[in-house]
Amino acid sequence: MQKYKNPNQHLIAPGHTACPGCGQLMSARLVLDACGSKTIIANATGCLEVTTTKYPTSSWKVPWVHSLFENPSAVASGILAALKQKGLDKEITVLAQGGDGSTFDIGFGLISGMWERKENILYVCYNTEVYSNTGYQASGATPLDANTTTTPPDKKSMGNAFIRKNMGEIAIAHGCVYVAQTTCGYPADIINKVKKALTFTGPKYLEILTTCIPGWGVENEMAVQMGKLAHKTGIYPVFEYYDDEYHVMKIPGEPLKVDEYLKLHKRFKHLFGNERGKEAIKQIQNIADKNIEKYNLK
Amino acid sequence: MKLKYPLEVNPGTTITNKTGGWRTQKPIVDHEICIGCDVCRKVCPEGVCFPTGEKNSKGRIFYDRDLDFCKGCGLCAKECPVSAIRMENDFK
Repeated sequence: MQKYKNPNQHLIAPGHTACPGCGQLMSARLVLDACGSKTIIANATGCLEVTTTKYPTSSWKVPWVHSLFENPSAVASGILAALKQKGLDKEITVLAQGGDGSTFDIGFGLISGMWERKENILYVCYNTEVYSNTGYQASGATPLDANTTTTPPDKKSMGNAFIRKNMGEIAIAHGCVYVAQTTCGYPADIINKVKKALTFTGPKYLEILTTCIPGWGVENEMAVQMGKLAHKTGIYPVFEYYDDEYHVMKIPGEPLKVDEYLKLHKRFKHLFGNERGKEAIKQIQNIADKNIEKYNLK
Repeated sequence: MKLKYPLEVNPGTTITNKTGGWRTQKPIVDHEICIGCDVCRKVCPEGVCFPTGEKNSKGRIFYDRDLDFCKGCGLCAKECPVSAIRMENDFK
């Protein structure tokens, strides 16, 4: 018998089947707790869906809808339309969420439509940089030279050949009123950004870089550390954009070299100990330097 | 439209699934060192770290964890700023 009883105040109940140390579930819990209990969620297919809703149980303590892979934004639009009919759209938050697969690739068209209609919906993307649920295939968010099941390094390739899409900039180009990027390394920042986003009326986009333990090949307890390193090396800029202005989180001290971040991943293991790998790391360092310059992170 | 087998379930019902059996290591919290900073509660992916409401000899409200659900990832032990949590091998 345990001496102290868990008050269980979070809006995601424990008992879900996510991997130990999952960065995504941690972020999802923080986002939902910041939104509060007056929230309706439309969820995309992905790790977040399958781990939390193992039939006939559900972890969510708020109304939660799952339709097809690409659909969360369209379903959220429908929910908002129904709320408007009932005159409840001012007091109830509509939250659409999905992983990077549904945001960057599969549901991209429908998200674009939601932003075009200027619906008052917060879209949260949990960016794990791979299709975690189906066995770590490369997605539109996979960084350059990452080893995934569909982009294995070989004599002629160094892993993923493409640079990831910049979804934050795409959201800004759509005219979203609030766009923010953060990582699971900064829990307090996630809470602040969600609360800030909810003060705006209109389409809002929040992207959280979340560690995928088996997909990235990192240790169980490293989710938070990886999130911090991604920001401190400049690989993943942490910023928010509203009123036509960027507000960035500066890197404390000198930016770290990207090796510090890459060497901890199993998916970048092939870059170390050979000449071609050194070239590849230089390229990644270039991307990080450009980020630092573009967003003025120093 | 009414489905014959509706895919509706009750909220928060996963608490019937005690995931504590996944664990190989368990976190031990030293209540005297704990400063009640709320970091473990924020970072726990399961959401099973919680303030106990009781104060230690330094007057800080200390935290504890629910071992029924703790998967033993060690994130709380790693992120604890005062190293009040250590991981130990768990035995059944």
